[in-house]
Amino acid sequence: MKNWLVEHVRVLLHTLRRLLAAPLSSALNVLVIGIALSLPTGIYVVLLNLEKVAGQATSTPQLSIFMSMNTTQDAIARTEKQLRQHTAISSIEFVPRQKALEQLKLNTGMADVISGLKNNPLPDAFIIHPRTASPQSLEVLRDELQKLPNVEHVQLDSAWAHKLAALIQFANFVIGLLAVLLSLALVAITFNTIRLQILTQRDEIEVSKLIGATNAFVQRPFLYFGLLQGLLGGLTAWLIIALSLYLLNNNLAELTTLFALKFTLQILSTSDSLALLLFSAYLGWLGAWLSVTLHLRKA
Amino acid sequence: MIFLTGHSGAGKSTLLKLIAAIERPNSGSVLVKGQNIATLKDGAIPYLRRNLGLIFQDHKLLFDRSVFENVMLPLQICGFDYRESSKRVHAALDKVGLLKREKSNPITLSGGEQQRLCIARAIVNRPAILLADEPTGNLDADYAGEILSIFKSFNQVGVTLLIATHDENILRSSGEDQSGATQSGDSTRAGRILHLNQGQLVS
Repeated sequence: MKNWLVEHVRVLLHTLRRLLAAPLSSALNVLVIGIALSLPTGIYVVLLNLEKVAGQATSTPQLSIFMSMNTTQDAIARTEKQLRQHTAISSIEFVPRQKALEQLKLNTGMADVISGLKNNPLPDAFIIHPRTASPQSLEVLRDELQKLPNVEHVQLDSAWAHKLAALIQFANFVIGLLAVLLSLALVAITFNTIRLQILTQRDEIEVSKLIGATNAFVQRPFLYFGLLQGLLGGLTAWLIIALSLYLLNNNLAELTTLFALKFTLQILSTSDSLALLLFSAYLGWLGAWLSVTLHLRKA
Repeated sequence: MIFLTGHSGAGKSTLLKLIAAIERPNSGSVLVKGQNIATLKDGAIPYLRRNLGLIFQDHKLLFDRSVFENVMLPLQICGFDYRESSKRVHAALDKVGLLKREKSNPITLSGGEQQRLCIARAIVNRPAILLADEPTGNLDADYAGEILSIFKSFNQVGVTLLIATHDENILRSSGEDQSGATQSGDSTRAGRILHLNQGQLVS
């Protein structure tokens, strides 16, 4: 057991030395892997942030309830009480018809036209913030509210919610596709690097096999090399993303002050970072394994 | 100590390669210590080779590491403890007279020294059987004699040697040895000479 551990540490150190022996080509390989990985991961990060912004700005889509014109104050108070007790609703806002008219006058600059009206054409209304944003549950809630007494019409911005969900789903699909393609590229890069290494170390492999090395012994340094290279590539991708976000945030600061929005891009979470590193290390290992296994089978 | 001799293409090297499972037979069987090499699984070959010492005409040394590390390789492969194996490496280098060169690169060694290094690597595992393919193939007579005396010393401690050669000098000197050994009744030192021709045993 101890010898086994010592052997693995020895191989690991040997591999590190080999990486450092050709610093330029190692660095370039790691950079290529890093860039390949940073593309899908970067888009993923931006998307995560977009989801969060969407959540911040209009978080949960709203529902507007327009009451019938001739509803009494009592009936409205009853409806308000009912709405407040509803479990699917997080908060409500009552907009009396008079206030709605004033807002319309203020905001649209149609004060002259409106003051010419004999009666206020606007109904009393509630603005509802539901607890969940999923389109299906919103539809259910709307149908339910529609059935309340004195409710004339329920307006749901569900089209907007649908569009956003579809857009995010599409973006996720694109990321998936990109991730698969670039993972293949990573495996191919490692495969080729290891193949070149095998060619330069043909003698060592041949001699080792002749004096009783198992395939596992011959493979070990190459597998470690692929693993390390993948891991370093993942680390590079992480750094590229962190740096890009830092630069983007500097630019965003100007934009957001113009639009009076509070918004900074967040970097990857710890678990996502860990997943990125593990995944890239695994792909590196896989490329190396394919390469060295194919070689040993031929020999 | 067994010598294999015959013309080029007689099958000397092939026989050694069959024993070490470097080449596999199409038919028939190869028995080593009662084990049939012909039916050995690929996964078991490394463990067979660890019990054999292989000496090559072209040495097959690794020039990207020191003399010490070259001899260390078989022990590393077997997973020996570092301190124990460095003792063994020193003992093996001492036997072939290369202890002082342990830190040199094998490329700086002469042909005879490289061959002795190859022998050190073959014996560091303490195998019971040593296979040598033309060990003196491109060495002059002095060096060849040196190598032969090293082989004889292994034979004295009970190692079986199988040497493929067409070197007349070696055969002659071992022949003298044979008569001497027969007279003194020491059978272990008797060298047998097998003549091969076209894969057939002639005598």
